[in-house]
Amino acid sequence: MIRKVFLWCAFTALLLLLAGAAAAQDLASFEARTTLHKLANGWTFLIVERPTAPVFSFVTLADAGSSQDVPGITGLAHMFEHMAFKGTTLIGTKDPVGEAKALADLEAAYQAYQAERLAPRPDAARLEGLLAEFKTRQAEAAGYVVPNELDSILTREGAAAINAVTDADRTMFFYSLPSNKVELFAFLESERFYHPVFREFYEERKVVQEERRMRYESQPLGRLAEQLRTTAFQHHPYGQPGIGTMSDLDSMTMTDAENFFETYYAPSNLYTVIVGNVEAVTLIPLIDKYFGRIPARPAPPPLRAVEPPQIAERTVVLEDPGQPSYLEAYHRPAQTHPDQPVYDAIEDVLTNGRTSRLYRSLVHDRKLAANVQALSGFPGKKYPNLWGVLVVPAAGVTHQQIQTALREELDRLKTEDVTDGELARFKARSKENLLRSLRSNQGLAIELAEHQCLDGDWRELFRSIDRLDRVTKADIRRVAEATFQAPNRTVAMTVRKDDKENP
Amino acid sequence: MKKLRLAALLLAAGWSLSAAAQVSRVEDLHYPPLPPFAIPQPERLVLGNGLVVMLLEDHELPLVDATVLIRTGSRFDPADQAGLAVLGARAMRAGGTGSLPGDALDGYLESRAAEIEITAEEDLTRATVSSLAADFPQVFRVFADLLRRPAFDAPEVEVARTQAITDVSRRNDNPGKVALRELRRIVYGADSPYGRAETPATLGAIRRENLIGWHAAAFHPDRMVLGLVGDFQRKEAVALIRQVFGDWPRGAAWHPQPASYRQQPAPGVYYVEKPGIAQSSIQMGHLGVLVSDPDFYALEVLNQVLSGSFSSRLFADVRTRKSLGYAVWGAVDSEWDHPGLASLYLSTKAETTGAGVEALLEEARSLTELPPTEEEVSRARQGLLNSFVFRFDSPREVLARQLLLEYHGYPLDWLSRYRAGIEAVTSDQVRRAARHWRPDDFTILVVGPNQGRDKPLTDFGTVTVLAGASAPARPDVDAGRP
Repeated sequence: MIRKVFLWCAFTALLLLLAGAAAAQDLASFEARTTLHKLANGWTFLIVERPTAPVFSFVTLADAGSSQDVPGITGLAHMFEHMAFKGTTLIGTKDPVGEAKALADLEAAYQAYQAERLAPRPDAARLEGLLAEFKTRQAEAAGYVVPNELDSILTREGAAAINAVTDADRTMFFYSLPSNKVELFAFLESERFYHPVFREFYEERKVVQEERRMRYESQPLGRLAEQLRTTAFQHHPYGQPGIGTMSDLDSMTMTDAENFFETYYAPSNLYTVIVGNVEAVTLIPLIDKYFGRIPARPAPPPLRAVEPPQIAERTVVLEDPGQPSYLEAYHRPAQTHPDQPVYDAIEDVLTNGRTSRLYRSLVHDRKLAANVQALSGFPGKKYPNLWGVLVVPAAGVTHQQIQTALREELDRLKTEDVTDGELARFKARSKENLLRSLRSNQGLAIELAEHQCLDGDWRELFRSIDRLDRVTKADIRRVAEATFQAPNRTVAMTVRKDDKENP
Repeated sequence: MKKLRLAALLLAAGWSLSAAAQVSRVEDLHYPPLPPFAIPQPERLVLGNGLVVMLLEDHELPLVDATVLIRTGSRFDPADQAGLAVLGARAMRAGGTGSLPGDALDGYLESRAAEIEITAEEDLTRATVSSLAADFPQVFRVFADLLRRPAFDAPEVEVARTQAITDVSRRNDNPGKVALRELRRIVYGADSPYGRAETPATLGAIRRENLIGWHAAAFHPDRMVLGLVGDFQRKEAVALIRQVFGDWPRGAAWHPQPASYRQQPAPGVYYVEKPGIAQSSIQMGHLGVLVSDPDFYALEVLNQVLSGSFSSRLFADVRTRKSLGYAVWGAVDSEWDHPGLASLYLSTKAETTGAGVEALLEEARSLTELPPTEEEVSRARQGLLNSFVFRFDSPREVLARQLLLEYHGYPLDWLSRYRAGIEAVTSDQVRRAARHWRPDDFTILVVGPNQGRDKPLTDFGTVTVLAGASAPARPDVDAGRP
């Protein structure tokens, strides 16, 4: 199924506001070069032809993130992301048949070891024997590995910015290639999700544990953000640490990763957006040929958990030898909620730029803080989430002073209208930001993939800008009133041991 | 799971038969040649007052960006005023101009969704402006006014100072940055502009007059390079530039001395205690090279072999095989006008600190003992050449590079020379370039908790315990908490 989509009011409105007739032509042609192509197995492709330099970028977005993790196996979505760099059944091995057997033996040995380890009263001698057996199998499996061969091929062929990211909502894989290598992309990216392999799983688990130590156990802000989410969400998986707890990372298995792949990497759950110097006419046959081989699988089950309304304010005080930080966050609806543009406006008025209210008040006029930053869509956007503010206090300022000044500004939004100037700045800035995001192939691919996945239509990227124009001052007061309430609030702060003033 | 395995076996066996329509091995792919694509060349012109201007039109989107590089930066700061350029740049932007003082400037720009920023780096200060094409002439005039006649509005200077001091007081929260800062201090020397860092004391001592003096001395058209990229017409842009900058007189002749730095290695182990965290940050190295070094291209290839990708040696050995860390990195770095650092980095749990130090030392030694193979060199060189197009795939990137070349006096066709240089590198040259790694000269920095280490740090040399920060001037503020 191929259809060309031409742009209509969204772009025109944008252009009239932003530029002149010359630019209108450019943007219209930009849009007219967009092709949506959905395979019979359900995998969605979007191609944006941008005939500048002879390169292209792509992103493959899986509609699965750490919200799909379950207690006891937190961190699995992210762990799978790491496994997607290990190659395929044929790429990254000296002997696919021998390796498949070695991996099966390895997993059996691990499961036996794990069963004993997690037993109520593990037998020490038996455990030691099982661990030794597991290590033998691990060494055996390692003998088949051609290390990092997938990356090696890509790097040799000139791929740039090879990476991936897992968040609470989704997992994204991306890189860029010279435009004469589209078939390499089609072959490798389809193989990656057709014949994945879980080699070096138990070695990689340790790498992810180091990642956890680095991001969350050695940085005061990482630790604080993790405390915020685990405190603000008590039922929804947004409350789980996305990277996983250390003990879950100690017990996660290759089988878990395979099950996760089977369930959540069904083609109908995948979106690939390609942007750059490519032609849909030549790319689509390649996509059909390579990605079309993959059989359809049932769509994964939807997430059922819903966070109950918060009825009591929560506070976390984290003792840390680092410099103090202050975070305050409020529950808010999902990004697909009609009030999304109003939340965008609130965030802009409060924290965007040097004229924003919190910067003006806390940083500039009262010198209480060195910096103020919005925490937007935390830890995800797909389900009801948090909107918050991170304040970096100036030396010698107490959290109490910060809190009072911050709440004054939040309360003012409920009782006084924002100014015409503030509303106009918000709208102008959002439009220019959209324009800037169109500059990079990679950035554009990610934006379009997110909208195609979450909204079912990439054009929402432009329509959402249109909707900003309809935000009124009354909307802002209404939403501020509904959101900035004590029982809806979670406060997380770091204090130093020797500080007497907090909380 | 069982099903997957079976499928894998079947496919492995019957692969070539079932895959007639498409390739089944990367080796079977054939790539058409990359379409010819010349490196875009900005136009260069010089105004009568010495201002160098570079212009590159790009009409894809209705935006224009301009950048000015000014010959001043933290390495030119007087020793007792470390932070002068950093604070000066911040205060200059915050203070606005006579007709648009701080607040008014912010309002003016933000109502047009335009941006002006000024930041000081080590060897240059960068002023940038970005706006919609339609607003550009107007916004550019404001930008020029700010460069020529900043107000340094006194209250705004104080806001900038508070922010700069808070930055300093928080810089010890990131163990990796502490390790790098301390490594630089020891390798370049505490008195070198490349080794020192501003402190609350030096920032506190800078007066508004000093900032005004800093601007008056450095901001002259003959000490600047200006570049424009985006949706503008050449003729109008040149007229605008002449109009706002043409009557700006040249500054006094200025012959900066090259900055001094320590020439001898400073081998040894240095430790900064950082309680309450899970990992040790390990950073080790010595002086690297200049971009103009004859071994520069060979080192580019060698860096790629060592740490250029997930399949490079450091990733394959230290991360994938030994599982010692998530973040691992290393290179012989080059700078335009002074030697960069040759350094290796790893963060690993306290319990594998010793193993981590050993692993990095082993990687450095193995570049000589197990020199890069033909295959490693050819893969690295091929990767650099195949990805070469990404060095000029966006006009903004091209202009940014050309400005730097102009600023540092490098030939403007440097990028073409780079490609030729990489093409010409031989395996022997790469192997010989490994002599730029001298593990016996390494200064080794470890920042982390003081418990649980697998080995005493004394195993790796004489250990010096450092306070949390380098500046003895105000230990109560900066160094009280390692």
